[in-house]
Amino acid sequence: MNTLHTITVIINGQSYEREVEPRLLLSDFIRHEIGLTGTHVGCEHGVCGACTILFDDEPVRSCIMFAVQANGHTIMTIEGLTPDASEENLHPLQASFREAHGLQCGFCTGGFLMTLLPFLQENPNPSEQDIREAISGNICRCTGYQHIVDAVKIAAAKMEGQ
Amino acid sequence: MSTRYFGQRIKRNEDVRMLTGQALHVDDVNFTDMLHVAFYRSRDAHGYIKDIDVSAAQEREGVVAVYTAEDLGDYWQPGPLLVPPPPTIEGLIFHQRTQVPLAKDKVRFVGEPIVMVVAESRYIAEDAVGDIWVEVEALPAVIDIEQALNEDMPTIHDDLDSNMAAHVVQKKGNYEAAVQQADLVIKRKLKYDRGTAAAMENRGIVAQWDAKSQKLTVWDTTQAPIVIRNGLAAMLGLSEHQVRVIAPFIGGGFGPKIMMFYQEEVLLPWASMKLNRPLKWIEDRQENFFATTQERGQVHEAELALTNDGRILGLKHNFIHDGGAYIPYGLTIPLNSQANALGPYATPNYYSEFKVAFTNKPIVTPYRGAGRQHGVFVIERLLDLAAKQLDLSPIEIRRRNFIQPEAFPYNHEIIFQDFAPLVFDSGNYEPALDMAIEMIGYEQFIKEEQPRLRAEGKKVGIGVAAYVEGTGIGPYEGARITVEASGKVSVASGIGTQGQGHFTSFAQIVADQLGVDVRNVYLVTGDTDQFHWGAGTFASRGAVVAGNAIHSAAVEVRKKILKLASEKLEAAEEDLELADGQVRVKGVPETAIKLGSLAVMANPLRGAVRPGTEPGLEATSYFGPESGTTASGVHALIVEVDPETMKVEVKKYVVVHDCGKVINPLILDGQIHGGVAQGLGNAFYEQLHFDENGQLLNASFMDYLLPTALDVPRMEIGHVETLSPLNPLGIKGAGEAGAIPAAPVFVQAVENALGDDAPEILEIPLSPNRLFELVFGE
Repeated sequence: MNTLHTITVIINGQSYEREVEPRLLLSDFIRHEIGLTGTHVGCEHGVCGACTILFDDEPVRSCIMFAVQANGHTIMTIEGLTPDASEENLHPLQASFREAHGLQCGFCTGGFLMTLLPFLQENPNPSEQDIREAISGNICRCTGYQHIVDAVKIAAAKMEGQ
Repeated sequence: MSTRYFGQRIKRNEDVRMLTGQALHVDDVNFTDMLHVAFYRSRDAHGYIKDIDVSAAQEREGVVAVYTAEDLGDYWQPGPLLVPPPPTIEGLIFHQRTQVPLAKDKVRFVGEPIVMVVAESRYIAEDAVGDIWVEVEALPAVIDIEQALNEDMPTIHDDLDSNMAAHVVQKKGNYEAAVQQADLVIKRKLKYDRGTAAAMENRGIVAQWDAKSQKLTVWDTTQAPIVIRNGLAAMLGLSEHQVRVIAPFIGGGFGPKIMMFYQEEVLLPWASMKLNRPLKWIEDRQENFFATTQERGQVHEAELALTNDGRILGLKHNFIHDGGAYIPYGLTIPLNSQANALGPYATPNYYSEFKVAFTNKPIVTPYRGAGRQHGVFVIERLLDLAAKQLDLSPIEIRRRNFIQPEAFPYNHEIIFQDFAPLVFDSGNYEPALDMAIEMIGYEQFIKEEQPRLRAEGKKVGIGVAAYVEGTGIGPYEGARITVEASGKVSVASGIGTQGQGHFTSFAQIVADQLGVDVRNVYLVTGDTDQFHWGAGTFASRGAVVAGNAIHSAAVEVRKKILKLASEKLEAAEEDLELADGQVRVKGVPETAIKLGSLAVMANPLRGAVRPGTEPGLEATSYFGPESGTTASGVHALIVEVDPETMKVEVKKYVVVHDCGKVINPLILDGQIHGGVAQGLGNAFYEQLHFDENGQLLNASFMDYLLPTALDVPRMEIGHVETLSPLNPLGIKGAGEAGAIPAAPVFVQAVENALGDDAPEILEIPLSPNRLFELVFGE
């Protein structure tokens, strides 16, 4: 069980090679081995969506995958949305969340952003119901979702022009 | 002042860090030599510990230490009582029994920690928990709160004769005499069951003892870092200046994160000192369902005496409050229920009696609303039933009983949770009711839409409920404001922050006073090395109490700025203005000094600081209100009930809210939205199901249903502003308002939708299943 495996994973464009136990969760790998702590863990059983990342461009819950499953794959986390963490360089999706007050404690926000990025790429002009369905697998306990939905509408308008 | 930030929908200062994954949470704190902690928790709700065998765990590779209660020696003490019962209530009985760090002889709820394991990784620590064997001689579990007080029940605390933890009677006027004059008395039994706050971030602690500097640093998901620091210093025999508690960004609080002290909060700092290594414990979601405190859980026998025209003559209720296994938070919750059962209504005669019951369930401490929900549910339900009987509309019966605007301050003659008499500072309830009726389209719905939809076979209904919310209680908060040489302004305050937007709303207050850009005001909060006086974030008090302290400090700094600038610019203070980060002579904008330059002049490297003055442009102020502010509001909603499945869909939701002056309407709207979502969760989705053995049957997010974006409707919000006379800014608290009346307004609408088939709904939470049972029989 404790045999180490060497894995190579590309995260936010950078390649990482690490030796990991087969039981190490992908979320723990990203957070504690690589140090990208913007991916948050809310339930550790795949329900709340806070730990959502892009795995080969698809949104997945990193808390119900093992790090070894990521060997040879490409991952994007919330830290990969911007070249730096400055206000000026926020991704339109991030800027829209700020504009609409789509976050309060911010703990679930990374998961929402990573769920929404591919959604908006595939659905550039979503209806309110489309948006609500798209985020129905992400739980937010602070906002009551309304400002998140508003943020997505703003983001869709911003991103369509790009 | 050139820019008025107060009252504006300002985007938040803290968002950029959160949106880019750069906001520090407790689990983000890492040290290379850090050890990890896991707990063996009781699998039994009630029983005697007969044997604990940790030998296999100790032998596991990577395990550094295993501790049981015996290993703690004198450090093993029951936790402090956070809030003692009010000394001024006559005849009050209170049996203080608080949680222990690790269970010693007896376990009292499933999830109570028994053994602490410290290992090189969390994975190993959890493996080692599996190696531990604890033998428990099980006792019958005390679960049902009504049965808990029966004489033949086993006692949870063996030194007490029964499971009664407290008994309180409060009254006003003479209810029995009022009944004699009443035309109608409505009597019902009402139940409000348990839920959990389920903040998205579970609890966590990192404790780092540094033997060389003799300093303990603790990162803690707490809403009250200063109280934790002072307590830890006392328990560990350290000076308060040797202990630094940091509450960094917290992923939602909602009340349970202000329980002091959780067992883990006591144990990790102690073990870190013992092992001289940093330790981390991060709660997992399943643990959160057992180890974090919960709330709701009351049964009320209530009656309302009225005249034929629907005027309240008196209210009486006897209720039992579920305290859980220990009662570290005193009587805050049932006292809130007692106060909030009065609602916004003039109630001349009141009799309220409660008993707190110990049960073999997780500890109960405040969760958003903190007992207010129960009181509001009782009075709003009784009014609905009375209205039906008297053939009045739910709106009219409320309107007839509102406390009138000229009657404030209104003294209810009972004691509130802050030990002060329950006095409503100000209020004006009818405009909020009128606005809510208008926004929901009440008349049109009743006269046109509902008959039309009913004819189509649709079961649609409407509900309207009112509430008050005691907010902004003392004791006090403080703040230190400093103009830095860069011209930026730093604000240090003691309260923790869990997403309420403090970095922005407090900055708005300061920016207006000092004429700086709101983005140049930098708030430091939740770090006891930065500011070490204060109580914490709870009871919707942050904006009111800390906000006014910050305002007061900003006013003092402004005075210092004007005084010094007046000397330097050789102009009278009244001729100066603060704007664009500088002080300038009005009408002569080129005669100006930047605030940063003035800050340097106030802290010279040569020359003396004159006697009677202080260096720097800095001030510290405190604000301590004698009593709380009373916010209020009205919620209205329209629902459609599926006639076959009893699934309820909320079609429209309106909130009209009065929290006095609004600092940032964008942030306030967010607070209300989130509160309503939690309120609807509480009304129709969320319920903790314990079996007769005290086992929680739905301890996961698969089984405990939190509302999703498909369940929470779009909300419309209206504001009424009745200023509080109790603080200079005129503000009242708002954090809990959204959550408080959601259950009664939801139930009223469901009953209205079901029409003649409607059962009387006297319990909350509902669920589609439970509603089905109520309508069609079990």
